[in-house]
Amino acid sequence: MDNIAGTKSGLNWAVHISVVFLVLLWVFPTLGLLVSSFRTTDQISSSGWWKAMFPTEQTIQVRTGGAAAAVQDGGLYVVEGNLLTDEGGPGTGSTPISFGVSSRAIGAYQIGEMAEFSDGEETLIIEEDGAYRYTSVEEPGRRGQRVFLTAVTPAQATLDNYKTILFSGSGQDNMAKAFFNTLTVTIPATIIPIVIAAFAAYALAWMDFPGRALLIALVVALLVVPLQLALIPLLRLHLGIGIGKGYLGVWLAHTAFGLPLAIYLLRNYMVGLPRDIIENAKVDGATDFQIFTKIILPLSFPALASFAIFQFLWTWNDLLVAKVFLIDATGSTTVMTNQIVELLGTRGGNWEILATAAFVSISVPLVVFFAMQRYLVRGLLAGSVK
Amino acid sequence: MNPALLGLVTIIVGVGGCLGYFYFSNLILDKFIFPARGPNAGVNINRANQVRPWLFLFPAIFALGLYLAYPVFETLRLSMTDRTQNDAFVGLANYQQMFGESKFWEAMRNNMLWLIVVPAASTAFGLLVAQLTDRISWGAAAKSLIFMPMAISFVGASVIFKLIYDTRPEDQNQIGILNAIWLQFDGGAGSVIFLKALPLLMVLGFGAIVAYVGYLLLKPFITAGEKPGGPGFIAVRVVGIAVAAWLVITSIGSLFGIIATDLPYGEPQTWLTIPFYNNFFLMVVLIWIQTGFAMVILSAALRGIPEETIEAAVIDGANPFQIFFKIKVPQIMPTIVVVWTTITLTVLKVFDIVFAMTNGQWETQVLANYMFDKLFRANDWGVGSASAIIIMLLVSPILVWNVYNARKEMR
Repeated sequence: MDNIAGTKSGLNWAVHISVVFLVLLWVFPTLGLLVSSFRTTDQISSSGWWKAMFPTEQTIQVRTGGAAAAVQDGGLYVVEGNLLTDEGGPGTGSTPISFGVSSRAIGAYQIGEMAEFSDGEETLIIEEDGAYRYTSVEEPGRRGQRVFLTAVTPAQATLDNYKTILFSGSGQDNMAKAFFNTLTVTIPATIIPIVIAAFAAYALAWMDFPGRALLIALVVALLVVPLQLALIPLLRLHLGIGIGKGYLGVWLAHTAFGLPLAIYLLRNYMVGLPRDIIENAKVDGATDFQIFTKIILPLSFPALASFAIFQFLWTWNDLLVAKVFLIDATGSTTVMTNQIVELLGTRGGNWEILATAAFVSISVPLVVFFAMQRYLVRGLLAGSVK
Repeated sequence: MNPALLGLVTIIVGVGGCLGYFYFSNLILDKFIFPARGPNAGVNINRANQVRPWLFLFPAIFALGLYLAYPVFETLRLSMTDRTQNDAFVGLANYQQMFGESKFWEAMRNNMLWLIVVPAASTAFGLLVAQLTDRISWGAAAKSLIFMPMAISFVGASVIFKLIYDTRPEDQNQIGILNAIWLQFDGGAGSVIFLKALPLLMVLGFGAIVAYVGYLLLKPFITAGEKPGGPGFIAVRVVGIAVAAWLVITSIGSLFGIIATDLPYGEPQTWLTIPFYNNFFLMVVLIWIQTGFAMVILSAALRGIPEETIEAAVIDGANPFQIFFKIKVPQIMPTIVVVWTTITLTVLKVFDIVFAMTNGQWETQVLANYMFDKLFRANDWGVGSASAIIIMLLVSPILVWNVYNARKEMR
């Protein structure tokens, strides 16, 4: 077809280059989040993430050894060590460029130069390899001297953000609970509508009864009813009958909101199954229930999988339904999307926490997406009302 | 009880209950109410088969009715009551109050902007990617990557784009890519090309396309011998022409705006607080997500075009652009409409993005977020319901159109 269409190689190149450009444009934002989640606070705030693959110049705050490490040497207290490899340092690969001891002059001294400060009572010299020698007339403080060290650090990744988010973080920084809450919301809200919808879809596809066309039209109509309309009446209903805000309410809401698409998808698929199989089974004396469970359900697996993925992505990514039907004043049932929005409010500048939290939340849908993309595409093609 | 355990129990009870309901209700119907034996066996089988569909449908109808159909009417009722007066009927007072609020009109204006820009941009990008990847060997991988944002939540996408729009003070390194790029411009030749000439061309192109569509809509009225269609089509045409004319005038106006504006080169911008333009920065998030959807559907439609039509065009000497615009696009027009309406529906309900990124501040309010604000912050259920009804009204033309099409297809 390429030859027939008479495509010129120039145009061909233009196509390849434009696609590369578009793909990069689309991947770039997510990549930024992924890269940022592996960087330290200092790295994120000192340079753009796109520079993370290259060595960067950054200024960090480190401390010399304190009083405990000091040795007396002829009337002076002397502390020796290595600023790169000691605790809090940037690591061996870095090359120090300059340093300072006051936040007003962070690059005041060169490496290898003797810095004198506090009216000459204190001196500090830092070598290329990070080794330092600090002297003081008076006994140094317990925490040591503060040093602003500007160094070129090689590209490096850290898993600390993920440790904080998943295990060690406290309060809002810890997503482990929200992760399990989200999972708790998602799984029943994905499985239950499938069962209900499958039976209804079978009735709408293969059973004859008055009002069938009207019901199908109703399902198509409900497909587009905005969920915003359901919020207040249902919240009132839930509060009225004692469900209140909680998992049961959110499961029921997600189940019902997912049903129109589920019925629509499954009915369209089931109608396409060969009539002969079903009629043969009926002749052989199978009941509708048997036909459904033994023939239709196994054959409809692709459609079931499509819907399951949709519903999973939708419930996992949902914020509105969870906010209205699930999350109460105590906040113990918060889901990840909600916690991220709260983090955006309170920790707006802490990109290492935000990026990692967001990436933890989108990683599960991404895995599902790449593993089951085939079914998702098939469902999309069947699901858009033609 | 531990929520995870509760979830497990719910799955078992829910799924088991559903299956049990279907199994036992069928069993009772067949064995006890209308048993297929005795003197009335034949009649009973028929009766049972008349009842059975309703057994299969009952849970679904119940859930749909209670959770989707009933709320529509209940919301309509609530929009005419006042919660503070013990749910007394107040007629259209809530609507009056809402129409008097500037925040509501801001939300309406922004929603209209979203409705024009997001479906158009997503469909255009989707079509572009679908066409470009159609014939290249690594097209599947490229499509997969552009499709990927579909799996990302609106909240996740908001975080991703907040990082892009991030602003640091002038003396620090910018960590948001948009500001980093912005600071590369210094008012020289490059800036003129990219920030003046390119936008001018884009607006001109947009205006030209809109003018052409308007002309196509207008043509039957001014050309003798062409019929503009029935009264319904005439109405659609008139509305279309009016919108097109307004858009053309707006784009001509913005041409002068682009030339006249002095851009603040060298200053980092807080993108999300620039009134009017910040709407577009929010829209980018949704376009980024929805393009994959448009691409998947349009790509399948492009594959479905009969090869003969393209071959015939090639033999007649059409160039690739003519083939695309004159042969392919007209044939997939119905699919383009479907994609457009589906994205329109998503846009009307957009809530998470605005809620997470600006929460309607700096003139970025949209209807769905306005409604959430009224419901859960102002606690004004009357006005909240009224705004929900407005969303419903905006959706209903698509609803009618979908039902009409679905019924046509079933016949």
